[in-house]
Amino acid sequence: MLTDQEREEIEAELPHYPRKQALCIEALKVVQRHRGWVDDEALRDVGGFLEMTEHEVDSVATFYNLIYRRKVGRNVIHLCDSVSCWVMGCDRICEHLKNSLGIEIGETSDDGRFTLLPIPCLGDCDKAPSMMIGRELFSDLTPEKVDEILRSRK
Amino acid sequence: MEKPLTEHIQPGEPPLDLAAYERTGGYEALRDALRSMEPREVTRIVEDSKLRGRGGAGFFTGMKWSFVPMGENAPREKYFVCNADEMEPGTFKDRYLMECNPHLLLEGMILGAFAIQAPTGYIFLRAEYHKSEEVLAHAIREAREAGFLGKNILDSGFDHDIHLHTSAGRYICGEETALLNALEGRRAIPRAKPPFPPVVGLWGKPTIVNNVETLCNIPPIVRNGADWFKGLGLSEEAGTKLYGVSGRVNRPGMWELPLGTPLREIIEEHAGGMREGYRFRGVIPGGASTDFLVEEHLDLPMDFASVQKAGSRLGTGTMIVLDDRTCPVGMVLNLERFFARESCGWCTPCRDGLPWVEKILEDIERGGGREDDLGLLQEHSKFLGPGRTFCAFAPGAVEPLQSALKYFEEDFRRHFDGKGCPYHPQPAAAR
Amino acid sequence: MATIHIDGKSYDADPGKNLLQVSLSLGFDLPYFCWHPALGSVGACRQCAVRQYRNEEDKDGQIVMACMVPAADGTRISIEDEEARQFRKSVIEWLMTNHPHDCPVCDEGGECHLQDMTVMAGHAYRRFRYRKRTFTNQDLGPFINHEMNRCIQCYRCVRYYKDYAGGRDLDAFASHNHVYFGRSVDGTLESEFSGNLVEVCPTGVFTDKTLKHHYTRKWDLQSGPSVCAHCGLGCNTLAGARYGGVRRILNRYNHEVNGYFLCDRGRYGYEFVNRPSRIRHPLLHTDASDTDTLSKPESCSPEEALRQARDRLRNARRVIGIGSPRASLESNYALRAFVGEDYFFNGLPSAESHLVTLAAEILRNGSAETPSLREIEGADAVLVLGEDLTQTAPRMALAVRQSIMRAPEEKARAVGVPPWNDRAVRDVIQAERGPLIVAAVDETRLDDAATSVIYRAPDDIARFGFAVARAINADAPPVEGLSDEETDLVQRTAKTLSAAKYPVVISGVSLGNEAILQASANIAWALDREQKPVGLSFVVPEANSVGIALLDSAPLRGAFELVSSGKADAAIILENDLYRRTHALDVEKFFTGLRTVVALDSLRSPTTDRAHVVFPAGTFAESDGTFVNNEGRAQRFFQVLSPEGDVAESWRWLGRLQSGSAPSDEPRWKNLDEVLDAMAAELPDVAGAKDAAPRADFRVAGARLPRSPRRFSGRTAILANLDVHEPKPPDDPDSPLTFSMEGTAAMPPAALVSHYWAPGWNSVQALNKFQDEVGGANRGGAPGVRLIEPEKPIHSYFTKIPDAFSPHDGKFVVLGLHHIFGSEELSRHAPALAERIPEPYIAIGDADARARGVTEGRELVLRIFGREYKLPACVRPNLPRGVLGVPFGLPGLTGIVFPADGHLLE
Ligand SMILES: Cc1cc2nc3c(=O)[nH]c(=O)nc-3n(C[C@H](O)[C@H](O)[C@H](O)COP(=O)(O)O)c2cc1C
Ligand code: SF4
Ligand code: FES
Repeated sequence: MLTDQEREEIEAELPHYPRKQALCIEALKVVQRHRGWVDDEALRDVGGFLEMTEHEVDSVATFYNLIYRRKVGRNVIHLCDSVSCWVMGCDRICEHLKNSLGIEIGETSDDGRFTLLPIPCLGDCDKAPSMMIGRELFSDLTPEKVDEILRSRK
Repeated sequence: MEKPLTEHIQPGEPPLDLAAYERTGGYEALRDALRSMEPREVTRIVEDSKLRGRGGAGFFTGMKWSFVPMGENAPREKYFVCNADEMEPGTFKDRYLMECNPHLLLEGMILGAFAIQAPTGYIFLRAEYHKSEEVLAHAIREAREAGFLGKNILDSGFDHDIHLHTSAGRYICGEETALLNALEGRRAIPRAKPPFPPVVGLWGKPTIVNNVETLCNIPPIVRNGADWFKGLGLSEEAGTKLYGVSGRVNRPGMWELPLGTPLREIIEEHAGGMREGYRFRGVIPGGASTDFLVEEHLDLPMDFASVQKAGSRLGTGTMIVLDDRTCPVGMVLNLERFFARESCGWCTPCRDGLPWVEKILEDIERGGGREDDLGLLQEHSKFLGPGRTFCAFAPGAVEPLQSALKYFEEDFRRHFDGKGCPYHPQPAAAR
Repeated sequence: MATIHIDGKSYDADPGKNLLQVSLSLGFDLPYFCWHPALGSVGACRQCAVRQYRNEEDKDGQIVMACMVPAADGTRISIEDEEARQFRKSVIEWLMTNHPHDCPVCDEGGECHLQDMTVMAGHAYRRFRYRKRTFTNQDLGPFINHEMNRCIQCYRCVRYYKDYAGGRDLDAFASHNHVYFGRSVDGTLESEFSGNLVEVCPTGVFTDKTLKHHYTRKWDLQSGPSVCAHCGLGCNTLAGARYGGVRRILNRYNHEVNGYFLCDRGRYGYEFVNRPSRIRHPLLHTDASDTDTLSKPESCSPEEALRQARDRLRNARRVIGIGSPRASLESNYALRAFVGEDYFFNGLPSAESHLVTLAAEILRNGSAETPSLREIEGADAVLVLGEDLTQTAPRMALAVRQSIMRAPEEKARAVGVPPWNDRAVRDVIQAERGPLIVAAVDETRLDDAATSVIYRAPDDIARFGFAVARAINADAPPVEGLSDEETDLVQRTAKTLSAAKYPVVISGVSLGNEAILQASANIAWALDREQKPVGLSFVVPEANSVGIALLDSAPLRGAFELVSSGKADAAIILENDLYRRTHALDVEKFFTGLRTVVALDSLRSPTTDRAHVVFPAGTFAESDGTFVNNEGRAQRFFQVLSPEGDVAESWRWLGRLQSGSAPSDEPRWKNLDEVLDAMAAELPDVAGAKDAAPRADFRVAGARLPRSPRRFSGRTAILANLDVHEPKPPDDPDSPLTFSMEGTAAMPPAALVSHYWAPGWNSVQALNKFQDEVGGANRGGAPGVRLIEPEKPIHSYFTKIPDAFSPHDGKFVVLGLHHIFGSEELSRHAPALAERIPEPYIAIGDADARARGVTEGRELVLRIFGREYKLPACVRPNLPRGVLGVPFGLPGLTGIVFPADGHLLE
């Protein structure tokens, strides 16, 4: 069941679209915002609300890389691995992150604090390398800067 | 030098709010248009201005608008959509406009919507642009409160409202028909064309999709006229362009310059030239999906026609510089890996061809490359070309590849001979 | 007509088609995957690339996808163009990068479209030298096997399953080269049409799980043209057999009937043929009449059985014959000829007999034509009265589902999008669908596609129908006392039907309500009076329901009366389990009154257990015969198996029974043609059945038509463990087909097509070569002959309008609710299908349930006709007050004559 809060947030978008099903992605994002990720039950909840089957919702959900169909850590690190950041050494940052967190790309640290995922160009190319954690963007990364950022995150 | 898009903004400054925007003459064009122009006239001015889309394809904006059915028998529902999905690697121009001067975009959208008589507009914003989301949401509220959006705008009888739609990732959403599917809450697979969106678009209704930068040009064009706009360009082409440079240059960044500004000027003057110890080897001129240009092209005027003649595309006008200490093969690998990952998976050549390209390049980087790989790469860059795939994604994807094969063949061979990457001795994956 | 140019030569083409369709129709071998004639074009696979030139001067041209380009006048393309060829080869090469090359262990091997296209496109040498991506598979239930690694991402499965068949539990997941086709979680596919995935999928991702259990390669399958025995629509099938059993059912294209698709009952019901409970030898049963000491029947030789039966029948006072709607026309006729017209009964309860006869009469005498399924697909407005089509006539439900695309397609056409451009059409029309109005007693599986649905008791459905007729034509009788809601829908429905170019009205006999049939007839006639074209279609329950109606014989009751009055004391029962037809007590009484019972059937049943002599009747797979489907189309089915044991067609047994007793005596009929000739001479109404297929002496270039494919292997090996000598193929006096691979390779007439095979085309897609144009009519016309063509007399409206239904206190009308899996007699015995049969229940409307405090699953006791049924409640939100439902035909629930009066006991 969607929570009242979730339902409210989804319903707020309803008037902007001629068809309910158009809210599929939005609804998944709402649910993810509250639950951290989209588990099978969340799929069914969203489907129930939008009159879609879990299969239909999942078909959409799995297409988009920012809908998480697997449990993620409290902080999802999206490290840009596109061309400008690559030229500017994002591979090094990536190695550093992997070593510091003890995880590979796509994995979550044992303490559940961090998940490391790649992301295409964050539109921050003039300040490469870049990464995004949650809603926050971090530019001109160096290993030292990364350490600091990691430390500051619960 | 006139900079209609950026003259009132500074990087790092807070965005212009409604009052500030109005002080710069904002919404005057809209007032004018609603007061004294027919919708078709707006389209005509834009047509006359020769404004070309800044989203990458460079299609004439006014012409696109003119395809929308108008008049009595036209569908009542029409949509005006702003493509703010900016995900082309190396591109960071739309974000700047949205985060610094959101009302310029809104005014452009409302004018466009008026021109095609669309009651509803959407901004399709990429998920990662959280700041843009906040700024735009605020600006939309302001505009609504001030009566620039909503019912009966400025007493003109014209209704229009704009909704901000944030996406959930995937580069293909930027392709305008995939974008429509994403807006409809579906998988973002491109649509068959024809029919084109101006006739059959969002929810089957006539729809215009324009890039953020394109739309930001509309208010100044309507205010100052087509001739003024045409006069802005350095070459045949009209207007200014946001050019960006990233890579190992001294001052990576972005500047509004007249269309047709030479490449050399952009890199050497505005971006401050190459960093100490790095030499210029080439540049991808307009985002990941454009062909490399090299030294011989430095004096090229950066406009649609000239870049095309040189075998590349102006694209988004944001360039990524390749220096002499970065492996071109590695760079192409990075690009193709991106494209392979972002393919929507609809059509065969793109879905299965790009991963193959990626694997070949990876192998070459690791030292497993063979002479005949070059043939395979050549073949792919041809067979993923226009017309062969369902949408323009794959043709774009192979542009850097095909030009790298042309300009950096030697570098590929050095990988074969040395059994690995001469630039980055350790395998690419471990770097 | 347009003129197009392919590789420098000019051809006529239909500009309404695309270049792929046209090229294939012209006989070019242009490879393709994502396109399907029934699904249209989407341009995903990029396999059908050709070079197109702008005009005669254009020497460069550009690569285009043939499936996405209309065959407009003056179009110039090259299929042979070197680069186009190379590109097509590359497409295969790409697909092969992840394809597992497991053809030797793949069920699709040897009939794989991907194999064919690979050879056609010329990709032979592997250059991809990296790891493949792999997937895990899902359990999709008893019908479909899933092997995702073989997937080539053509998207046909989801397009068929979702867009075409309306399924909502199969989808595409993920993106880039990880696109996965399946369900969100493992589970049985819900669609009643899932089996078509097996044929729609061009490779081995979705394969027939039942075939897997007794696998045989296509080239080793002896196969023959057949007709589905599991409902009244008569879908054409190809049955494949080996080692004396049927191994699978494939769709057999009949342009007018089933087109490309079957339902899952039709595809998976076949395994009843292979059951151990089959009767393979005659049975003798000396004390069958004594219910208490029912002995075990004993096998005996045919001669012995014939002798005993002849003796018994000869000594009988009077022999009556009881026919069957699931037996062939020929077998029914043979029995009728045996016992005489007056003593032949159709084997149906009176009500059903009356309804089926009424349906046939309306079609014959009314002025409304009955549409084929293809015509239903072409309808731009459909009204369904009282049938849950998916359960009672599944393939028709699929046809109706297509009809709703017709009106919106016109909209797409108006913006320049032709109907074949499938994705573009869907982009234009979005959720808009054409009119489909459903009036039913409970939710139906078509409701999701309907524009309006109302749920009413049967009489009220009829009233609704009558009112629609009246709203169309003022001469039709009026209906009083409708609610506002009903009146509104009546008006809208009348308007919709009147405005349509070709509306179709569908009703049927499943609710046992005469007035519904009459109401639908009134609507059709009303439209006709208003000079509108209209189709009127009736759903009948069994494969030969209409056939037996055309024989014009009396219902079971007549037979019972003859026995109870002592006028008759012997009965021959043809492929009919009387315990399924009517109350067990009546049947008991009937048997008790008989001194001799001779039964012919394929599976043991309570009825065969009561027979003194039982003859092993052939199923559809071991018989030649004719079924007449719901539109009156007589269609021939042929043996695919030469019968094992003593199994033979019922008409053949009856012919033997009727001859003298000496072994040398000729049976009454030497072959099928003799039965047909005799029947035609005697019964003009069904005389046309003769022409449903060519006669046994038909030859193509002097040769017979082989049932075994040319590559049939190991005929000598099949029995090598017993005998190394190759046995002589069995004779077949009844058809032009042979049980061997010898014979002509020429294109047979449509009714005799045994398999789809053409040079270069080993998969079912070889079907392309068997059509006039791809997706069009069968070469030489659709198989079968229509026996019913209306004569256009002046008809007068039915005027007996039932009163509005009002629930009685404590008394319910009990309806038989049909289930695609379970309600039909034979398919129930197929193990895979049996897994899908629901548990028995009593359906009760929400209102009644609340009034009585009944909750879901609570045990109810329902008394019908003196018998009590104790079953869990199934609370249905829409079932009207005063109406209950129990699943039709399920074990323990047979023999109820619906609608029945029922009482719920506390
Ligand atoms: C793969 C692909 C990605 C694209 N991404 C974007 C994008 O992120 N932003 C954008 O404005 N246009 C993008 N485009 C171009 C759009 O399809 C479309 O041409 C553009 O939004 C039209 O706007 P314009 O005429 O104003 O340039 C993309 C095109 C392709 C083929
Ligand atoms: S080229 Fe094909 S697979 Fe690639 S993004 Fe476009 S439609 Fe999707
Ligand atoms: S059949 Fe033409 S692209 Fe698939």
